[in-house]
Amino acid sequence: MPAPIRLRELIRTIRTARTQAEEREMIQKECAAIRSSFREEDNTYRCRNVAKLLYMHMLGYPAHFGQLECLKLIASQKFTDKRIGYLGAMLLLDERQDVHLLMTNCIKNDLNHSTQYVQGLALCTLGCMGSSEMCRDLAGEVEKLLKTSNSYLRKKAALCAVHVIRKVPELMEMFLPATKNLLSEKNHGVLHTSVVLLTEMCERSPDMLTHFRKLVPQLVRILKNLIMSGYSPEHDVSGISDPFLQVRILRLLRILGKSDDDSSEAMNDILAQVATNTETSKNVGNAILYETVLTIMDIKSESGLRVLAINILGRFLLNNDKNIRYVALTSLLKTVQTDHNAVQRHRSTIVDCLKDLDVSIKRRAMELSFALVNGNNIRGMMKELLYFLDSCDPDFKADCASGVFLAAEKYAPSKRWHIDTIMRVLTTAGSYVRDDSVPNLIQLITNSVEMHAYTVQRLYKALLDDISQQPLVQVASWCIGEYGDLLVSGQCEEEEPIQVTEDEVLDVLEGLLVSNLSAPVTRGYSLTAIMKLSTRFSSVNRIKKVVSIYGSSIDVELQQRAVEYNALFKKYDHMRPALLERMPIMEKTATNGPTEIVQTNGETESSALDSKHPPSITQPTNQANDLLDLLGGNDVPVIQTALPTKPASAGGELLDLLGDLSLSGIPPMTAYNKNGLKIEFTFERSNPNPNISVITIHASNSTEADMTDFVFQAAVPKTFQLQLLSPSSNIVPALNQGSVTQVIRVLNPQKQQLRMRIKLTYTLKGAPVQDLAEVNNFPPQSWQ
Amino acid sequence: MTCTKIRFILIQNRAGKTRLAKWYMQFDDDEKQKLIEEVHAVVTVRDAKHTNFVEVHSFLLTALACFSLSLFMNFKIIYRRYAGLYFCICVDVTDNNLAYLEGIHNFVEVLNEYFHNVCELDLVFNFYKVYTVVDEMFLAGEIRETSQTKVLKQLLMLQSLE
Repeated sequence: MPAPIRLRELIRTIRTARTQAEEREMIQKECAAIRSSFREEDNTYRCRNVAKLLYMHMLGYPAHFGQLECLKLIASQKFTDKRIGYLGAMLLLDERQDVHLLMTNCIKNDLNHSTQYVQGLALCTLGCMGSSEMCRDLAGEVEKLLKTSNSYLRKKAALCAVHVIRKVPELMEMFLPATKNLLSEKNHGVLHTSVVLLTEMCERSPDMLTHFRKLVPQLVRILKNLIMSGYSPEHDVSGISDPFLQVRILRLLRILGKSDDDSSEAMNDILAQVATNTETSKNVGNAILYETVLTIMDIKSESGLRVLAINILGRFLLNNDKNIRYVALTSLLKTVQTDHNAVQRHRSTIVDCLKDLDVSIKRRAMELSFALVNGNNIRGMMKELLYFLDSCDPDFKADCASGVFLAAEKYAPSKRWHIDTIMRVLTTAGSYVRDDSVPNLIQLITNSVEMHAYTVQRLYKALLDDISQQPLVQVASWCIGEYGDLLVSGQCEEEEPIQVTEDEVLDVLEGLLVSNLSAPVTRGYSLTAIMKLSTRFSSVNRIKKVVSIYGSSIDVELQQRAVEYNALFKKYDHMRPALLERMPIMEKTATNGPTEIVQTNGETESSALDSKHPPSITQPTNQANDLLDLLGGNDVPVIQTALPTKPASAGGELLDLLGDLSLSGIPPMTAYNKNGLKIEFTFERSNPNPNISVITIHASNSTEADMTDFVFQAAVPKTFQLQLLSPSSNIVPALNQGSVTQVIRVLNPQKQQLRMRIKLTYTLKGAPVQDLAEVNNFPPQSWQ
Repeated sequence: MTCTKIRFILIQNRAGKTRLAKWYMQFDDDEKQKLIEEVHAVVTVRDAKHTNFVEVHSFLLTALACFSLSLFMNFKIIYRRYAGLYFCICVDVTDNNLAYLEGIHNFVEVLNEYFHNVCELDLVFNFYKVYTVVDEMFLAGEIRETSQTKVLKQLLMLQSLE
């Protein structure tokens, strides 16, 4: 058998391939040659063959048959063999193959080898892919090497120890004695890795944390030496000595100083020193400053230091480098709750960032701007934000619009300003506004009684310009239906009243009905609006005609409405004025989750005059069809998300106007309830796609202590797809004082029974808790 | 859950060919492939007016549609482009972006010294040596050695053993 080709040759050959198919052919040929060479158990060429195999693996081709060969290479005495063998092991094997356990003995021998490079190879491999069993077996060897005088090996051993601790946390104590002298090292490399080891230990165990707190003075001293000492060519990066070590020490200080007054005090000086003395012209300096800022924010620092930190962030915002601006915005977002006033000072810079080109910077600037809005700056901020809304990407528009609505609601200086702002949003970003804002806006408008005339006038004018934005059209037609009389009578105090005749108004509304741009829901709104005007306008005949035309419309919803309105004209004309009266002021309640309206078959004759009370306030009703459901008087109907995909089920209510609308929403369920942690799921259907269920989890904690670092994870079977959005927070407050919410979206195209496996991790009273659970009791409506 | 600080290091060219892939966490082969493709897709559309950081949200969870717990809740990718190669490091979301940016640059400078004005072909023909450089500078998902002179000295010693 001729000698297998060299690695270089192979690479060159493969690179000459012009198509994917050609490459695949070459590789298959070579793989066959390698396989037969392996079968021959040829020691001399094994190394070369495995190297070639690894190259092909890197290109994406399977290479499992080489795994055992790697083991043979590791066992060989030659350094070159060992090297390729260990590389192969790291690339091809992982802890899920059983084969890797065979390496354990080899690694053990190599850890005690006479050559430091072999020892280094073994440590490296163990540190990268050692499984828990291997780590358990070999921890003793690693610990021995941690104490050796050879600094090359100590560095590797330290990080290998980090890996061991990650895999087998119980072995942490074993490394404790070796850590005694770690910080008195002169060698930067060893110092660096030691700090990493200490950081890992402190992060994992609170006992270690308290134990290592006494190292704070030593760390401070090391940091001081680093800054003060002169030029050190080995570790210098752009004039700063060993920035990586500085950053790591700062991080360790952060962990040690958190919630501990004494340590925090010991650190104050050095932090201030680093913050003021570090050069900021290059990225390196900024990296150190950034870490310093994060540390200052996390420990119990004095307020002067915190202000210094926020000012540093403010300076970052003015930097030309967008990376630094991004980093600053992220940190400011985290601190805006706690240090609100200090961040306010930088408001104008933050608002300028809205105009940045990078998408992630814009998003953060937007979130931060909303967080900074308050009663004093609302007018100015809103101007900027509305300008941003005009020019931003479509992905932002929905969030920005909702943010604007929320802010306007909280801080609106006057009702007129509020309505103007809403109008502005509707006209510029009308199609991106979320569905539930339509009912909210309607409710808002009803409540500002004195502004009715002004509002309807402005909305009417907006309609004349543009009827393509559905939310705007829906709100406008509702208002015209309600307040059309004010519009025609021309009484508007706030601005110049316009002259509009009844026919013009009806023209506009009828135009909506026939236009291609109107969605079915919008048509429903405008038909109802026309109907309402029959009591406010005098041209009743025209309205009767329109209504009767739609009695034979193809759209079932419209048809039903028209038929019922017709019936109202013919048989129940005496009731019409009372039914179509002005809506009373509505109270706003929080809506949560979807509802499905069950058709109740009210008998028109008998129930027409019954004053059956509408459902109690806590049950949401479908607003889109309830506009005429006034009767009952005392109880106030509640606003709810319109469900455009289910118009048919809600139709037919007109005969039930006075009837009871009972709702069977998908009931919420308790998914998990153990050790004081309770997780509830509430359900919603996503509007555009009925295959997607949106589940909101509510986690509450009935124990006496807060649950911190709360992480909720979920997994679903293969036929589903899952998307987890960010949680509202990581801390579940004690004694049910609040809850953490998180949204999950599940795509279920095959409509199978939904099952889920959830994993919860949190820290309670300092001890980490972890639990796995299966959730099988989903109500059938949630996945059907 | 054992999560290292660095999840993986990737060197890719603009066409998406992997020149180096070092994984510090366990993944299946097809997961690795999907990750490589995702990183490529995300990173190549960015240009000079974007930052060097990409936070990856849960869209990756649907890409890895397997019945394993979602490992990727909190991570981001820090990358830097040198000529036709993208050097990407995937780290925990709480890590210091700017420091890892320096780390990437440090690594590239060592490669440059070691291969005497490195170019992509050097990385292709000497791929196992590149892994050695990575292993000298990073270990167990952390930065190990930052002094360029020290690393180069070790590399030359290792080379003399061949």
